[in-house]
Amino acid sequence: MDTRFTRGKSTILERPLTRPKTEVSVSAFALLFSEMVQYCQSRVYSVSELQTRLADMGQSVGASMLDVLVLREKNGKRETKVLNMLLFIKVNVWKSLFGKEADKLEQANDDDKTYYIIEKEPLINAYISVPKENSSLNCAAFTAGIVEAILTHSGFPAKVTAHWHKGTTLMIKFNESVIARDKALDGR
Amino acid sequence: DLKASSRVTNSELFTLTYGALVTQLCKDYENDEEVNKQLDKMGYNIGVRLIEDFLAQTADVIAKVAFKMYLGITPSVTNWSPAGDEFSLMLENNPLVDFVELPDNHSTLIYSNLLCGVLRGALEMVQMAVDVRFVQDTLRGDSVTEIRMKFIKRIEENLPAGDE
Repeated sequence: MDTRFTRGKSTILERPLTRPKTEVSVSAFALLFSEMVQYCQSRVYSVSELQTRLADMGQSVGASMLDVLVLREKNGKRETKVLNMLLFIKVNVWKSLFGKEADKLEQANDDDKTYYIIEKEPLINAYISVPKENSSLNCAAFTAGIVEAILTHSGFPAKVTAHWHKGTTLMIKFNESVIARDKALDGR
Repeated sequence: DLKASSRVTNSELFTLTYGALVTQLCKDYENDEEVNKQLDKMGYNIGVRLIEDFLAQTADVIAKVAFKMYLGITPSVTNWSPAGDEFSLMLENNPLVDFVELPDNHSTLIYSNLLCGVLRGALEMVQMAVDVRFVQDTLRGDSVTEIRMKFIKRIEENLPAGDE
């Protein structure tokens, strides 16, 4: 048996979740992210595999971020409506991760399941130059993973993908059940 | 644009991203030793690139502090090489040449070459080896004076003081 968990060696659970904002230099983050992308690249055969890997890593960031944000920014109250949830991401999540709100939140004209979060110059891509032969690669797949995890763990299962459109667009496609539930809530 | 170190971002994004990376490495490699090695390797790559970032900051200090302090002018820092190890200082006016005209028989004289030496010497004192040269000069009819600086390497501190 691993005794680490019983010995009470770590004080991590005693520490408060609300703590003064700390910052690191953007280049420290950019260099770390760049190493991550290169590492992933060395282990995959295609752009889509690379994006999947980045998204997977983003998922673990999003999942960790969700609880702490709900507690800090919303006093522990979870959103139940799609629009409020999306606004939570556009405003609170973005501000705490990237220091600013996302540029735009839009709904697709022809599809009530699909929403877009549009960022003209995402921090993630600011220091990445995509080689011409991989022009479809968008490293914001990492951000897409973050958003997907936050939505899914909040009870809004969705698929989120990153695209080159008006800068970078994250396309959020909600599960049918999410939209059906939202309409049912509206009806009450 | 590598002048990013003056901008900041939330440290939690950094912390969690790093966590995601370490988690991924632990999944990809069989034992901790391999993960340690991989982390060290990535850190090394970052360290090598940090030097470029130092140069970016150095460029700003040279232009905005040093030139301003000693010559009363503020050159602009431009034409970064894609690798971030080379840039140009553009001097709109150069006080060294205020009353100067180059005679025909000195067509290859680089009149303000003193500045190159000053920059090279000063940076050597902070352990930075650079190549400095004039690429444009108003004295030779160019519209602007351009000093090109290229980072060569970080100088190892090997000689104990007073050994020379």
